[in-house]
Amino acid sequence: MELKKIGIAGTVESSDISIIIEPTDKGGIEISLQSAVMKQFGRQIKEVIEETMKSKGVKNATVRAVDKGAVDFVIKSRTLTALYRSADIDEYKWGE
Amino acid sequence: MVKLRRTMMYVTGNNPANIMDAHLYGSDSIMFDLEDSVSIKEKDAARFLVYNALTTMDYGDTETVVRINGLDTPFGRDDLEAMVRAQPNVIRLPKTETPEDVLEVERIIQEIEEKVGIEVGTTKMMAAIEGPLGAMNAYEIAKSSKRLIGIAIGAEDFVTSIKTTRSSEGIEILAARSQIVLAARAAGIYALDTVFSDINDDEGFINETKLIKQLGFDGKSVIHPRQVSLAHEVYTPTDKEIKNALRVLDAIEEAERSGSGVIALDGKMIDGPIVDRAYRVLELAKATGVYREEDQNE
Amino acid sequence: MNKNGVGREIPAYIEGVGELKAYESPFSIIPEGNKVGPKLKRPLPHKNKLVDSLEEAVKAVGLKDGMTISFHHHFRSGDYIVNMVLDVIAHLGIKNIKVAASSLSTCHGPLIEHIKNGVITGIETSGLRDPLGTAISEGILKKPVIIRSHGGRARAVESGELKIDVAFLGAPASDEYGNANGFSGPSACGSLGYALVDANYADHVVLITDNLVEYPCLPASINQTQVDYIVEVESIGDPKGIVSGAIRSTTNPKDLLIAENALKVIMASGYFKNGFSYQTGAAGASLAVTSLMKEKMIEQNIKGSFGLGGITAQLVDLLEEGLMEGLFDTQCFDLVAAESLGKNPKHFEVDAGFYANPHNAGCAVNKLDIVLLGALEIDTDFNVNVISGSDGVISQASGGHSDTAAGANISIILAPLIRGRIPIVVDKVTTVVTPGETIDVVVTDYGIAVNPLRKDLIERFKKENLKIYTIEELQKIAENITGKPDTIEFGDRIVGVVQYRDGSVIDVIRQVK
Repeated sequence: MELKKIGIAGTVESSDISIIIEPTDKGGIEISLQSAVMKQFGRQIKEVIEETMKSKGVKNATVRAVDKGAVDFVIKSRTLTALYRSADIDEYKWGE
Repeated sequence: MVKLRRTMMYVTGNNPANIMDAHLYGSDSIMFDLEDSVSIKEKDAARFLVYNALTTMDYGDTETVVRINGLDTPFGRDDLEAMVRAQPNVIRLPKTETPEDVLEVERIIQEIEEKVGIEVGTTKMMAAIEGPLGAMNAYEIAKSSKRLIGIAIGAEDFVTSIKTTRSSEGIEILAARSQIVLAARAAGIYALDTVFSDINDDEGFINETKLIKQLGFDGKSVIHPRQVSLAHEVYTPTDKEIKNALRVLDAIEEAERSGSGVIALDGKMIDGPIVDRAYRVLELAKATGVYREEDQNE
Repeated sequence: MNKNGVGREIPAYIEGVGELKAYESPFSIIPEGNKVGPKLKRPLPHKNKLVDSLEEAVKAVGLKDGMTISFHHHFRSGDYIVNMVLDVIAHLGIKNIKVAASSLSTCHGPLIEHIKNGVITGIETSGLRDPLGTAISEGILKKPVIIRSHGGRARAVESGELKIDVAFLGAPASDEYGNANGFSGPSACGSLGYALVDANYADHVVLITDNLVEYPCLPASINQTQVDYIVEVESIGDPKGIVSGAIRSTTNPKDLLIAENALKVIMASGYFKNGFSYQTGAAGASLAVTSLMKEKMIEQNIKGSFGLGGITAQLVDLLEEGLMEGLFDTQCFDLVAAESLGKNPKHFEVDAGFYANPHNAGCAVNKLDIVLLGALEIDTDFNVNVISGSDGVISQASGGHSDTAAGANISIILAPLIRGRIPIVVDKVTTVVTPGETIDVVVTDYGIAVNPLRKDLIERFKKENLKIYTIEELQKIAENITGKPDTIEFGDRIVGVVQYRDGSVIDVIRQVK
């Protein structure tokens, strides 16, 4: 998946996470994370974001995330939404 | 045991906190909404969120329903692609006007089921009737697909299209409500009533729920957790009703034991409908926890 | 290092604190000796106790380096007194002061500077909140803070374990000779229950008021025989932070759900009957329980004996409706309660010792039937943490938690199972404040768990068809949703010593990394 522009998804409401993905040419996936549960879940949140991006073949991007206690499936959903918005793709290939 | 659908709680599809907690409030069904409560710009976000919720969360015994966008929007097809794969218990169609609306969705569902390898027919459907044309076609709609488990009335759009407004007595949607109950019963599926939007008006909500229960509806759509217990209370049989139902069943048992063909209670003949009603009372009583099988022996 | 009665490693000695007695079980310590008392004095007739400034009062009582001063926390996050007094002490160049407050709140951040400057070298309190709690957790204070429950503090003061040299007590209404109450004036807080202990036992007592009234100020909670000096200042607190208006019952669906579950527990417990006694906190869910319970009391024609503790409008309502015989009040949580204390004869102000000191001839919690409590964490042994967040930072208060749990016939924890992705039920709580042995039921939005020690309750609930989970089941439900949190890493240094109400040490808090 090729990222084209800044993709934003999610909110800063309780149990949600706001994710901003910005395309970069190199440097891998760099995640800056703010979270109220950083000590307990910071590592896991970054892992989910990174895995979700890699599963879509994204290798380079800057990610800024503000977490309000989102669980994994929410983080994954918001990352996917931001990715597709960043790639400017409307149609998700559900079968893949 | 008969599946109860006394309450179907609406949960907006793009709110993680509500999606995670929805099943805690005891409604018989929860309906994740991808349609009216999600803004055009967030349709993609809600679809991902509801998909991942359904494939991750354990909603226990609560029936899961997803309201998709209509096929006449740019979102309906994608919603189906996602939701047939996510497998909620039921997919709900908005603004159903004709049996063809149902069949069109069914065709796509089947296509996806075949593609994904889900047994054809697994995905159940529900149709919401929200306009006069739909109301006129209610019976045709109700019997259009084996996948349909029920039809529901959506009143907000309905009153606008018949050029009136909603009143507390609900006289303006009486005809449509009756039409829908008749259609559902004729087709042997569930009839579900519309929402009551003032969450602070308990009395109004209770009155409306009593009315639709009397009309024959199986349950009501609710928009707030506090409405769940109020509706369930209305659907909870009274002690007198339970006792009466038990006596009916005892009488049948007694008649069977004695080999008597005619069953009577208090000098009145007990026939099929009375027995059916007695069973329904007990099912409701069990589901609401006011009656347990073992109580019978006390 | 020895493991105590809840399996925590407790050092035998800490520099600056002394020898520690490890907690064994709730009532294992049998105290010896007598209560202590304040200094004898000889004020000459018609002495003027009114001094012009706080500075003058500090000088007059002879406050010196190394002394212990105390405060009450009735003004909660609206308190001006603590900061005001410490600024004066710092200005006078006095150092090495121990602050023994009944609790400290969010408004006490300025103490951080005084710690840095060596003015404050010791803190004993029920609670600490951000930013002070965070600074303490990061290790700003050399000596560990001593965390005590409300009953434990009264015990420590009355037994002489905590000797107060000077008590600086904010008084919403006072006369020139030291008669004071808490329920009138612009900074009204209602009961002065925590201040009463200090007024009784400190060597010197300075009242600080913004509402000097004609002598005699009656009815008086603190009286002239206890008070050395009175200082009038412009304001002793921010009314908005002191008490809330009538806290309305919650409309938060999750709080209501927890409240409904708690009500089912109360109704099925066997303790909901004529003459029952009851205490709750001021959190949304507990307030809702009281309102729901009221309906049941009317419906079933049940009248309670007393409401205890932090008093709220909901309890005042029960009193005024004749559904409760009386209220024992150590602290008012809202204005309705504060006003009621001034006008209802059976709304009775009691001090913290009466409330919960385990070592007098009988405190109020000993007569308690039902208590509803909160929790930051609860572990599978039912131990409860109410002091440190699951990130290890001291952020809340011990309060009357362990006191009421020990005294009540049934102690019920009300908490959402998941709070901002943090599961409430854990393997081991970060800090034990209340031992699991004294906790009976946990009520969450996902379900109810009963301490296996309470076989009687489990039987009752089963009979009433109340669905119960094991605590491990609740933990699993939570972790299935949240995932398992990473273990928090702590430094070696001990920054806090958590006493059980009897003075033994139930846990220590280590520095956060």
